[in-house]
Amino acid sequence: MQVPVSLSESAVGKRSRALLTQMRVRARHPGDFIFRGVTTLFVLIVLAIVLGIAWILLSDSWPTIQTFGLSFLTNNTFDPVHNVFGVAAAIYGTLLTSAIALVLATPVGIGAAIFLTDFCPRRIKAPLAFLIDSLAAIPSIVLGLWGFLAFAPWLQHTGEPWLQQHFGFLPFFQGPMHGYGILAASLILSLMILPLITAISREVMAVVPRGQREGLLALGATRWEVIRYAVLPFARVGITGGVILALGRALGETIAVTLVIGNETNAPSLHFFDTGYTLASVIANQFTEATPGSLFFSAIIEAGFILLILTLITNVLARVLVARLGRRSRVGGLIV
Amino acid sequence: MSVTDMSATNTNAVPVRNPFRPENQTLNLRRQVVNSAAVVISALFAVVGVVFLLYLIIYVYQQGSHFLTLQFFTQAPVAYGESGGGVQPAIVGSLVIVGLAALFGIPLGLFTGIYLAEFGRSWLASVVRFMVDTLTGIPTIIFGLFIWVLIVVPAHSFSALAGGMSLSIIMIPTVARATEEVLRLVPKELREASIALGATESRTIWSVVLPSAISGIITGVTLALARVAGETAPLLLTTLGSSFAFRSIFRPTAALPLQIFDYTLSPYDTQIHQAYAGSLILILLVILASFAVRWATGGFKPRD
Repeated sequence: MQVPVSLSESAVGKRSRALLTQMRVRARHPGDFIFRGVTTLFVLIVLAIVLGIAWILLSDSWPTIQTFGLSFLTNNTFDPVHNVFGVAAAIYGTLLTSAIALVLATPVGIGAAIFLTDFCPRRIKAPLAFLIDSLAAIPSIVLGLWGFLAFAPWLQHTGEPWLQQHFGFLPFFQGPMHGYGILAASLILSLMILPLITAISREVMAVVPRGQREGLLALGATRWEVIRYAVLPFARVGITGGVILALGRALGETIAVTLVIGNETNAPSLHFFDTGYTLASVIANQFTEATPGSLFFSAIIEAGFILLILTLITNVLARVLVARLGRRSRVGGLIV
Repeated sequence: MSVTDMSATNTNAVPVRNPFRPENQTLNLRRQVVNSAAVVISALFAVVGVVFLLYLIIYVYQQGSHFLTLQFFTQAPVAYGESGGGVQPAIVGSLVIVGLAALFGIPLGLFTGIYLAEFGRSWLASVVRFMVDTLTGIPTIIFGLFIWVLIVVPAHSFSALAGGMSLSIIMIPTVARATEEVLRLVPKELREASIALGATESRTIWSVVLPSAISGIITGVTLALARVAGETAPLLLTTLGSSFAFRSIFRPTAALPLQIFDYTLSPYDTQIHQAYAGSLILILLVILASFAVRWATGGFKPRD
């Protein structure tokens, strides 16, 4: 009983008490007061971590921000030897691989969600959903290992020649075939975000009011017409949010992409067979070589800072869209 | 001749129509075809993910299962190119790092969840809720970068401790959201009964609300731990990896994902197959954890 009293009288205690009074919280008992204090303390630590991440990345990338300014975003050379840094190639690679992955995964993911919510026999619904969700849980190092040793070599010998033979008239499928490159990274990313899109779409479609489906069925609509005219228009905003959330995941994916993208600073091109770079793989590849305090060090941190900004924008946007449906998602809580 | 006779008699008769059959038969057929096509295509799309998952598991199993022997768990790695050896330091290191992550991450997540559920009406709570949501969306390598700059660079040493810290940040949102959600499900009557018996607010939360929600919280923690056990990117920047036995949490430490990463890049068969064996362990770990969680939360029961 001594401890709570003395603690509440300490300087820290006084400050937390002031804070609590400010929050118009009146504790009735020293125990309550301590409990609230400890809880608030932990919450403040979490806040400090989030703000600390933003602050540290900004302050440590300040040297390069000052030296290169906006040219850091448009310059293609990342050259530690001559101390000239730009991450245009990495930004391009990040955006391009994520965009291709989205284009591939979105229709498949939404299609899978439609099947799971409306067409699937009840008996296999839960196991099927579990298997698709499990894909999201596969560690990215495992996909990277498979991508590096099995998938990229297969692409080089079989996949890319086939694409060039049949779709070679498109600029995307021209040029030398390495296996490792933009295409390999995009395909692996699409497999990684597929379950995410499915899970959120499923969640969003499940909250479409039952009466809306039944009304259309009663009018003689087919199951597909119910989805097309009653479910999808209602769920469109939420699905868009889910897709943007998946975009955020794709932008920041590191290990699997680093292993298959080739990690070369090439001028941005439309050739999907080319090797490339992403912001995350710049960090993963280069951090061991940078001396703390150097411009090189700062350039790596700024790559991280840009990545942070990109993912923050996509995430806030996505959450605004998903939240418009007014329900915190249960599946989202587990998967996202 | 008889056919034209038949049709002639038919046009004269009064047509008997099924009132539920639409007038335009071809339109109806088209709608049915579109519907069937939608079922088939969406089923194919649903199968894509499942087929890939099963293929991946089978492939990793084929490549790695032979190396999943007792010595794989008990012996230290051998030099590249030699056969034999195991990943004992990596497994020990992973346990230590995930243990450290739990040590920091569980209290932070738990109390944040309690705060959001119990005291979550102030402006601070909405800020915290926003920050927790934000944390979920930040790429994990950013946490690695953060701890690298904050801890590793000043200390001039990669360490298991730094790795545990970076993983604990990943755990916070998962644990906090799981806690908040299950605490909100605890019936109001239970709290009121406790307060009516004279219990204080903290006693009510600690001895009544938390115990009745404990299984849900354990679920969230399990999932978070299984998820961070397979994380590689943040560990790369914080613990670096090592091929020696675990000595201290203040030194570079081996971890299973890092060992797999190193072996992936090695040109030798033994190491590559050991990488697959390690991957198999990670896959089993996450799938078993998600299965247990889904089973415990009743996710396999057919619902509407």
